[in-house]
Amino acid sequence: MTVEAILFYVFGILAVVSALGMVLNIRNTVASAMSLVVTMVSLGAIYLLLEAYLVAVIQIMVYGGAIVVLFLFVVMLLNLSTDEFPPGKQRVAKLAVVIVGVAILAQVLVALGQAPLLVAQPEAVPEGFGGYRQLGLSLYTDYVLLVEMVSLLLLAAIVGALILAKRKID
Amino acid sequence: MLPLDHVIGLSAILFTIGVLGVATRRNLIVILMSIELMLNAANLAFVGFNRIWSQVEGVPAIDGHVFVLMVIAVAAAEVAVGLGILLSMFRNRDSVNVEEVNLLKW
Amino acid sequence: MLIEATVKVLFILVVMVVGIAPVITWIERKQSALMQDRIGANRADVGGITVLGLLHPAADVIKLMTKEDVVPEGANRVMHLLSPLIVAVPAISAFAVIPYGGVYRFGDTTLNLVGADIDWGLLYIFAIGSIAAYGTVIAGWSSNNNWSMLGGLRASAQLISYEVTMGLTVVGVFMVFETLRLSDMALAQDTTFRLFGFLDRFFGLDWRWIDQVRVPAWGIFYQPLGFLMFLTAIMAENKRPPFDIPEGESEIIAGYHLEYSGMRFGLFFMSEFIEIIIIAALTATIFLGGWAVPYLSTDTIIGGISRFFDVGFATCLCILIHFSTFMLKVFAMIWVQMLLRWSLPRFRYDQVMSLCWKILLPLSIANIFVTGLVLLWVKG
Repeated sequence: MTVEAILFYVFGILAVVSALGMVLNIRNTVASAMSLVVTMVSLGAIYLLLEAYLVAVIQIMVYGGAIVVLFLFVVMLLNLSTDEFPPGKQRVAKLAVVIVGVAILAQVLVALGQAPLLVAQPEAVPEGFGGYRQLGLSLYTDYVLLVEMVSLLLLAAIVGALILAKRKID
Repeated sequence: MLPLDHVIGLSAILFTIGVLGVATRRNLIVILMSIELMLNAANLAFVGFNRIWSQVEGVPAIDGHVFVLMVIAVAAAEVAVGLGILLSMFRNRDSVNVEEVNLLKW
Repeated sequence: MLIEATVKVLFILVVMVVGIAPVITWIERKQSALMQDRIGANRADVGGITVLGLLHPAADVIKLMTKEDVVPEGANRVMHLLSPLIVAVPAISAFAVIPYGGVYRFGDTTLNLVGADIDWGLLYIFAIGSIAAYGTVIAGWSSNNNWSMLGGLRASAQLISYEVTMGLTVVGVFMVFETLRLSDMALAQDTTFRLFGFLDRFFGLDWRWIDQVRVPAWGIFYQPLGFLMFLTAIMAENKRPPFDIPEGESEIIAGYHLEYSGMRFGLFFMSEFIEIIIIAALTATIFLGGWAVPYLSTDTIIGGISRFFDVGFATCLCILIHFSTFMLKVFAMIWVQMLLRWSLPRFRYDQVMSLCWKILLPLSIANIFVTGLVLLWVKG
């Protein structure tokens, strides 16, 4: 096993454990958010191992640096450090969702094990793969329409968030 | 060389954890975080597949990474609006329990 | 390969963290004394010898080490203990990509004086810095204290806002140097350019003296507005006065590190000073030419010295000159930060936020736009 593979398993297990920690932690929302940070950073490390350098940095900058801080900000603003909800309804439906979800996951994993994906596994990536030059050229030539659409979406989201979060001024 | 099958498997596991979080949790913040986790699982699959097919007939291909960037931008927009909705819901209901949100308008 | 990297990392850690960080506390004390018309730190002595107050950092360390480490009642113990580390580790690891010298040839071997010469060095520093924000936020939350909580809340809003702006202010520099690799950026500044060369398109300036004005090709001359905005934004990221609203002694006592004592407080304290060095080194590398000596390129220096000595010795001397130049620029930037810190009063919270979103952000976008137009025009 190479060093890369060992690192991949370490970060993969870290990502799964912290993701479980986020979903299963029902007492402390801040701890959930911090678990999500660990997941995001381990995914960033896996992107580095997959030679997606720019994507890894953007992952840590945007997810780690902005999105989860925003979650923490809202949790602290509303002072929701503990959530003690009364017992919910629809217990059976939720149990059914869990069973179906795990069953589908098991099926996907078994299928992956039986029929490996590796049609043609390239050992080396082309020069400059995953760097900002190649990605930037691709973004602003082939996908320029997509970039414009996403910028419009972000504008709409900014306006929407402002209107939603604004207090009514009497 | 990474075991790329296992990358896709990891992506599937993370996605399922996200689905279970959305389905079972009642705290809106954790639900939003689980949605982020699902988007991240999809991103991991994009990056993994792009690593397998990093060039097609000698031409370098980067489309998977482009889509990851787009997903991250959409996720940022989604979080901004989602947390805005959460704030206005908390103001009106004094709770972030999604089961208490049972009216279209208040 | 591994040994070389280890030696470089140890060197940068010993020089920057162990060597300079304590000295900065001394510089800060002396600077504040100067601005407030006092004598300044001069009490710590060993057998009556004070050495200009330079023994104060040692006294600080002994004091912080021996103090009791208190975790307050009702605090989240794990996170309270963890958050100083979340602040300190990213601050130290940012040194990995900062070049403290150029690339030198000794016969067949080349020596590249940077810890990790990665293609996306500047982005790495931004990513590492964004992780450090969690330390402050979690410190504020886990202390179980209303003032700390307010400090953490203020820190999270301020850090997110200024991160966006900080990224946008340096885009102009990326466009000029066409790279994100910090060592390439420093190398590109190891030359000079004609300050008014862009006017050639309008009228020939051959006969005027103005045509002969050459300045070092430093980022500050290409992007003066970018330099000012970047310095403002990155100083706000460091949460020191005048941007210290997450601490704000007169409003929220000491903000997020109110409940910390002993060496855990010392870690917050130390990482603030390490970030000062990083800010100084980063601005020196991006805007002030890094290790480059103005008007004397590497070839000129080595060529000049090797006329009297052999080439290997000349190269060694050149490394020494470049490293001293870099440290000189770093100390100059540290001093500028100290000067600003003791000159300006603390901003109000809303002033800090409107400075970010209403002044710096539009200006930096305008800066990118104008830079793009000028680059198109000059390069045709």
